Amino acid sequence: MATLLEVRSLTTEFVTRGGVVRAVDGVSWDVAEGETVALVGESGCGKSVSALSVMRLVAAPAGRIVSGQVFFKGRDLLALSEEEMRRVRGREIAMVFQEPMTSLNPVLTIGRQLTEGLEIHLGMTRGGARQRAVEVLATVGIPDAARRLSQYPHQFSGGMRQRIMIAAALACNPALILADEPTTALDVTIQAQILELMRDLSRRFGVAMLIITHNLGVVARYADRVNVMYAGRIVERGSARDLYRRPRHPYTLGLLRSVPRLDEPRRARLQPIEGQPPDLTRLGPGCAFAPRCTFRVERCRVERPVLAPADGEGHVTACWEAARVAGAPALA
Amino acid sequence: MTDNGALLEVRNLVKHFHVGGGLFGGAPGVVRAVDGVSFAIRRGETLGLVGESGCGKTTTGRCILQLERPTSGEIVFDGQNLTKLDDAGLRRVRRRMQVIFQDPYSSLNPRMTIGQILAEPLVVHGLVPDRAAREARVGELLRHVGLLPQHAHRYPHELSGGQRQRVGIARALAMEPALIVCDEPVSALDVSIQAQIVNLLEDLQRQFGLTYLFVAHDLSVVRHISDRVAVMYLGKIVEIAGRQALYEDPLHPYTRALLSAVPIPDPDVEARRVHVVLGGEVPSPLNPPAGCVFHPRCPIAVDRCRSEVPVLREVKPGHWAACLLA
Repeated sequence: MATLLEVRSLTTEFVTRGGVVRAVDGVSWDVAEGETVALVGESGCGKSVSALSVMRLVAAPAGRIVSGQVFFKGRDLLALSEEEMRRVRGREIAMVFQEPMTSLNPVLTIGRQLTEGLEIHLGMTRGGARQRAVEVLATVGIPDAARRLSQYPHQFSGGMRQRIMIAAALACNPALILADEPTTALDVTIQAQILELMRDLSRRFGVAMLIITHNLGVVARYADRVNVMYAGRIVERGSARDLYRRPRHPYTLGLLRSVPRLDEPRRARLQPIEGQPPDLTRLGPGCAFAPRCTFRVERCRVERPVLAPADGEGHVTACWEAARVAGAPALA
Repeated sequence: MTDNGALLEVRNLVKHFHVGGGLFGGAPGVVRAVDGVSFAIRRGETLGLVGESGCGKTTTGRCILQLERPTSGEIVFDGQNLTKLDDAGLRRVRRRMQVIFQDPYSSLNPRMTIGQILAEPLVVHGLVPDRAAREARVGELLRHVGLLPQHAHRYPHELSGGQRQRVGIARALAMEPALIVCDEPVSALDVSIQAQIVNLLEDLQRQFGLTYLFVAHDLSVVRHISDRVAVMYLGKIVEIAGRQALYEDPLHPYTRALLSAVPIPDPDVEARRVHVVLGGEVPSPLNPPAGCVFHPRCPIAVDRCRSEVPVLREVKPGHWAACLLA
């Protein structure tokens, strides 16, 4: 598959009271046409800021894309004018957020929110846009779509609102959808519905998908490839299968060990990653994960590891001790 | 389900909220948040209470703590019927029932240091009147939850999410409770930190002989920490059993659907799994369906599920389910 989106050495910083935070630190990743890629990591690791940077929606003046390129269909989005970028957003790349209630306008009907983009981006007439809106609402499983166009967001449940967000994202037939924790606010049975829906739609319409999540189960079920982020950097990347079966970074291994699994016998004790996530204003020269790492050696404190090939096609890890990680059992 | 070793017994708990009919209109109605719930928790046991948002699990916890007055039903804690106690009596009992909330940040006063937050209840309840002894007690509490004595001088915003939840736990421990209602205590925390807090809760339970009601929606975490598990749907318990029985041999179709919906962090396992994806959504508790409340979404419902209300019955020893077909 051809590369659709390629992020190269992207760095995004925020000015905070504690100092400058490099939320995304020289990160490179890509998404092929029709592919589902996951960005996984814990709060503050830079996964959401990565997506916002692609959309050029990082809030100025505190936040700023410092360097890097974002090639989408061969064009560098970071070099576009604001006017040109507006034509990309929603039209070619759409975004779905965690909390639909905060991304839907509470005083506009669902119909208006769906047709607005169609009229602006595709130059559709009111009637045409309305018809398309009914069509996409039906596609995402909202019954009685024509009548519901005149309703407001608060008249829908959380799951239904997320369906509406997905309908809005799909409306202009984008090539890529960035979904930032799309099911985190939803109940587990509704989460299953929404994820099945997204997978089905991505297959049916060939939309590529970037799923941002902290849920390792969601990643395992839906992603083709996975990027694991920690403290603003990608620490491991590979096919979902390689990454889960042969984790080569101590952080990935630690995450997999720390979650209880329903398909395995109950363990006597969970195995957390000890310590706390680092303060991004005070990162040292070495590996950001070193203070919490059980594989740590002296070199980790002074020299930052770079991504290097591990076993498996396209499998890379940023760890000096990757060979030892490879020999570690799935559970200690 | 009477049990003599029970620390807490909930009998036919009902909590209805009246809505609408006010200044801003809306048809008046009754939300049946908790609709006839009974269970018991033995001393030193952890009962997991799971279900989706709006199923009444949090309201059940709040009724037990007497933060909500039940519409009807009884709550017997350590032999005392809380629904019959006066305010003074309730205050004495309440000290021994503590709560840990989901979001430690919103439950800690941002203007107080951690030391002040932990010392306050000791003063209010007159547990440790002496100042020096109180400081020592605060240090001890911090140690119990894996923090350092110097954390007493910090403010909540200076701590990470996991550390703040440790403070929330220390504050509950300060009262030397018998029962702690843990309301989604790890769901706001990062994955790697969740396991730290779960381990801490287990350690403290052993050390202090605590009894937990563990309210959560994460079925994997609930299986890990609970001895027994109750599943709620639309204000009712639909299944309650020992951990192993519930997870390995679920009898209620809702429990089965919930378990099937949990993604397993393993692509190979996921590729082989058959998922029961439930259609529809949880109906409004303002107007619950007739018959079995689950029948509109149930994959195996038959005609009589539409009219006949299933009672929670003991299908196998110690394993109760409210399903006509179980």
